[in-house]
Amino acid sequence: MDNEKDILEVRNLQVNFKTYAGDVKAIRNVSFDLRKGETLAIVGESGSGKSVTTRTIMGLNARNADITSGTIMYKGEDLLKKSEKEMEGIRGQDIAEIFQDPMTSLDPTMRIGRQIAEPLMVHKGMKKEKALAQALEMMKLVGITDAENRINDYPHQFSGGMRQRIVIAIALINYPEVLIADEPTTALDVTIQAQILNLMKELQDKISTSIIFITHDLGVVAGMADRVAVMYAGKIVEYGTVDEIFYNPKHPYTWGLLSSMPTLDTGGDELPSIPGTPPDLLDPPTGDAFAARNAYALKIDTEQEPPFFKVSDTHYAATWLLHPNAPKVTPPDQIVARQKKYAEMQQNLVKQQRPNIPVEEEEEQQ
Amino acid sequence: MAKYLAKRIFYLILTLFIVITVTFFLMKLLPGTPLTNQAKLSKSQINLIYEQYGLNKPVWQQYLLYLAGAVKGDFGTSFQFSDQPVSYLISSRIGPSLQIGLQAMIIGVLLGVIIGAFGAMKQNTWVDTTTTVVSILGISIPSFVLAVLLQYYLGLKAGWFPIAEWGGFIYTVLPTLALGAQPLAESARFVRTEMVDVLSSDYIELAKAKGLSRTGVIYHHALRNSLIPLITIVGPLAVNIMTGSMVVENIFSIPGIGEQFVKSVLTNDYPTIMGLTIVYSFMLCVVLLITDILYGIVDPRIRLTGKAN
Repeated sequence: MDNEKDILEVRNLQVNFKTYAGDVKAIRNVSFDLRKGETLAIVGESGSGKSVTTRTIMGLNARNADITSGTIMYKGEDLLKKSEKEMEGIRGQDIAEIFQDPMTSLDPTMRIGRQIAEPLMVHKGMKKEKALAQALEMMKLVGITDAENRINDYPHQFSGGMRQRIVIAIALINYPEVLIADEPTTALDVTIQAQILNLMKELQDKISTSIIFITHDLGVVAGMADRVAVMYAGKIVEYGTVDEIFYNPKHPYTWGLLSSMPTLDTGGDELPSIPGTPPDLLDPPTGDAFAARNAYALKIDTEQEPPFFKVSDTHYAATWLLHPNAPKVTPPDQIVARQKKYAEMQQNLVKQQRPNIPVEEEEEQQ
Repeated sequence: MAKYLAKRIFYLILTLFIVITVTFFLMKLLPGTPLTNQAKLSKSQINLIYEQYGLNKPVWQQYLLYLAGAVKGDFGTSFQFSDQPVSYLISSRIGPSLQIGLQAMIIGVLLGVIIGAFGAMKQNTWVDTTTTVVSILGISIPSFVLAVLLQYYLGLKAGWFPIAEWGGFIYTVLPTLALGAQPLAESARFVRTEMVDVLSSDYIELAKAKGLSRTGVIYHHALRNSLIPLITIVGPLAVNIMTGSMVVENIFSIPGIGEQFVKSVLTNDYPTIMGLTIVYSFMLCVVLLITDILYGIVDPRIRLTGKAN
């Protein structure tokens, strides 16, 4: 599936963490592509392996991490085969990262101008004055007001939202090809979250970068991503375009995730949740790792791991429910409603292509 | 800043006043005088000496007189050396003590930082274990034991250094080592802990994600952030060195104030004891003041005169 448009191709990645208790199988055979200019969201619970995946791409895993197999192809070269020195040249230059908590990810004793300028000095060998001048431009670009006067301030003089803007400025100063955003809004107020997300989208257009967006917040995904990959217990269980995942999900885990997301239509007193906890990755269960928490689990789920079944050209899901011989199940009400909406959307799409039907009418139908 | 400094200096003077008062009355409460065992002195001779030192006056008068003198830098006359004012005794002996103390502090802290930083960078390897063992030994071995060991092995056996004399720099080496071991061990342990902490922080991760090399990360981000808190233990380390010097100066026969302090205690030389106590307190207060000011300068988060947000 070598695609010209792919900038990053992760294939069969497996990462174990060596611990005293044994090997924790954090990433179990993960493959995905990142296309040029797109935003790929990786969604999943805590501990599903989202962050380990990005750490592995950056080459910043903890010392006890053991990459047992896989390739990460970037511009035709395998990042996993690169030396530490070569990775230093790539980090912050070709691939940059935005971290989760802006309160702790800035050096408390270094002026922020210098922190933003640092990647320029490291990768472009720029003199401090010139790098600082460019840092100032970047500060204006990410919307730090009064940038001229604030360039010499320290991180503690900024609010959380402003600090995340600084972190974004650091990541983008070298116009990286790939930007990894590891839950960039989790630590922020909801109102600030929207600002930061808008800023990221705006900047993505300006500097044409591809984004891997890690989050456990599906609400954020809807507005940000082009495609979504759902991770569970170190594996990707479903991936597709954002519409496909939101309105036509096929994997019971995705159903659970979507049902437990509050929406304006959510009625009743209780928000549905997925029962139980993710499996212990020291000793992953045979078959589908989600089977134990899955109300729709089949017998085969506990015996054999489901392969990916094709739903559409862009949409795949690893669940036995898609097997031709599987019994027909009805997803939760909310998902049925979503799928109905999806069917309408598809219909409208078809109708729109027919010129004789006025557009206003369709919107009323929705 | 000026306001803060003025406040701190006022507190310093207040502290010294309390120290003087407490030491003065404690000395008065102590049984015995320097003349206690002088069987040869007749009653009238003793009275004469009392009069000479003003000891026949009521205690509150003595206290006020002492305070008045202390303000002018006059701490009375030594009982032991009747021709020497305490202030002269101290000023002529403080040089060697300061020299050894400062040398021990600088060398101890510098080596401690290097050892501690290496320990943290090579966490959980043999390097780390070695530095931990060194610092545990340094903290648990008292300076006087180390002093004797140094004298025996490096002085007597190897013959590299003079054992118990005072002259030039070569004479300061062994006492400096004996006194510096504790600051070295303490700061090594402290820096290691701080640095391990800093190295696992998010901003170090971000620095790596920027593409900085390992040395770049350590030099530009880790070192500064782990060294700043070290300033807080400089005060306690100074106390360590001051108390250590009393014994170590005796062992190496160094004509410093530590040695004099012990001698004065043994001979009930009250004016000298008090004078030296005040000097020690003063030095400690100054060290604490300097570290507080320094902390504000190097750490932007607690800078006193920062622009408000």
